[in-house]
Amino acid sequence: MSWFMRLALRICWWTIHLVFSIYQFGAHLLQVFESYSISVGLSESYRNVPLHNLRHLAVVVDSDEARSTIKVKQLLLWLSNIGVKSLILYDLEGVLKKSLDGDSSSFINGMTSVPHQNKMTVELLSFADNKGGLAKAASFLCSKYLKEELASCDRQDFRITETEISDALNIVGCGGPDPGLLLVYGPVRCHLGFPAWRIRYTEIVHMGPLKSMKYGAILKAFFEFSKKQQNYGT
Amino acid sequence: MPTFFEKLCYMVRRCIFYVLSIGPMPNHIAFIMDGNRRYANKRSLERGTGHRAGFSALISILRYCYEMGVKYVTIYAFSIDNFRRKPEEVQSTMDLMKEKIDELLKEQSFVNEYEVRLNFWGNHNLLNDPLRLSVEKAMRSTCHNTGPVLSVCVAYTSTDEIAHAIEMSCHEKRDLMKELHACGCKNDFFEEFDMQSVISVADFERHLYTSGCPDPDIVIRTSGETRLSNFLLLQSSFSHLQNPTPLWPDFSFSHLVWAILKYQRGHPYLQERSRRSKKME
Repeated sequence: MSWFMRLALRICWWTIHLVFSIYQFGAHLLQVFESYSISVGLSESYRNVPLHNLRHLAVVVDSDEARSTIKVKQLLLWLSNIGVKSLILYDLEGVLKKSLDGDSSSFINGMTSVPHQNKMTVELLSFADNKGGLAKAASFLCSKYLKEELASCDRQDFRITETEISDALNIVGCGGPDPGLLLVYGPVRCHLGFPAWRIRYTEIVHMGPLKSMKYGAILKAFFEFSKKQQNYGT
Repeated sequence: MPTFFEKLCYMVRRCIFYVLSIGPMPNHIAFIMDGNRRYANKRSLERGTGHRAGFSALISILRYCYEMGVKYVTIYAFSIDNFRRKPEEVQSTMDLMKEKIDELLKEQSFVNEYEVRLNFWGNHNLLNDPLRLSVEKAMRSTCHNTGPVLSVCVAYTSTDEIAHAIEMSCHEKRDLMKELHACGCKNDFFEEFDMQSVISVADFERHLYTSGCPDPDIVIRTSGETRLSNFLLLQSSFSHLQNPTPLWPDFSFSHLVWAILKYQRGHPYLQERSRRSKKME
């Protein structure tokens, strides 16, 4: 392919992406306007968002943005004000574990609480809790079954069920509830290695970068979640 | 023999591909083909017609993917959860899958045209005998193909895949334990290995159905739904998750191009995060 053709293709590619960026910018402006109108109470539907379906909420934060603890704590306060009782906070590199761990009034078994009258428990997770957690559970089950096999004369192949894996994850300290909703704060909609065992049927919503988080966008995400009806494959 | 219109469409697609390929192109796209039943309901058709329309859409999308050089495509055809549907619906879906698999293996089919290698990931013991035999025949007859790879997840959930992988890893360690005892090694197996980490991440990853296949670059779920429904949960850690609004039978070439444009925007970020995670392993 001649250099002229390559140049022409490159110009076409940049043009397509420019048009794409303009479209994305327009969509973003609409979202900003919508979030603003929701947060100042212009939209009646969002004034009382029902949370009865949302027992556990998860939030994924990009690790670079998670270093801004002011923004993270602002987010925790907003979520607590809305009425979230149980929050699972995740970032890839464990930045949140280092910055928030022990930085609250109460701390029990890796859980912490936001100092507010609406007590919200916060569980802190990172990439090590995903495949690493499954490996620990697998080792626990392997150890258990090999010892049982040595002790008995039964030579049948043992079977491992999903229930046993769930129980093993709890025993090795890598278990926990499945969040109904997962909010992703970052430039791209991606769960970045959130523990796989816990997001089987979780609704995953992209909220954009943490630095431009909007209260109205959170209310909208909760409202949309409250309308969801899952058939779980049936 | 392709018509003039088909040749023209092909040339337009090639031009678009040449432009798109200036940027990063996905090597692996995974599809959750949601919306066949809603498609049939909207048009007051039988549910089976929705699934047939979905299959036609699938063949078109596969063709577009392979023309663009996407080497791996994975589709979520039937979840273990879907067995809880009405028995007659499950049976008709199984029959349709067998019919389409047999069609794909014929001489003039799409699979032979592109030399596609077929994988079927899932718990095959849950399938009825005719479908299981078709699946096994399809994998056997295409295992030497060197073209693109189509992986069909049938009787599949991610948690079942992980349970199966852990089970296989445990059996592997059990066999190792027996070998050590048989050869009269002085050290006890439980002394030789730290039982808290006897199974490593690499051990159970080796037994996943997806072993040997790269992780998906994009996971697309049509119909605007935002959940993964127990699909490739481990493998999608750094995948661009997309949920376009069209129902699966309406998903077309333009939607695929849009998906790739979005992927190209997010690619540097996802590539960097994936690189960081490998350093942590």
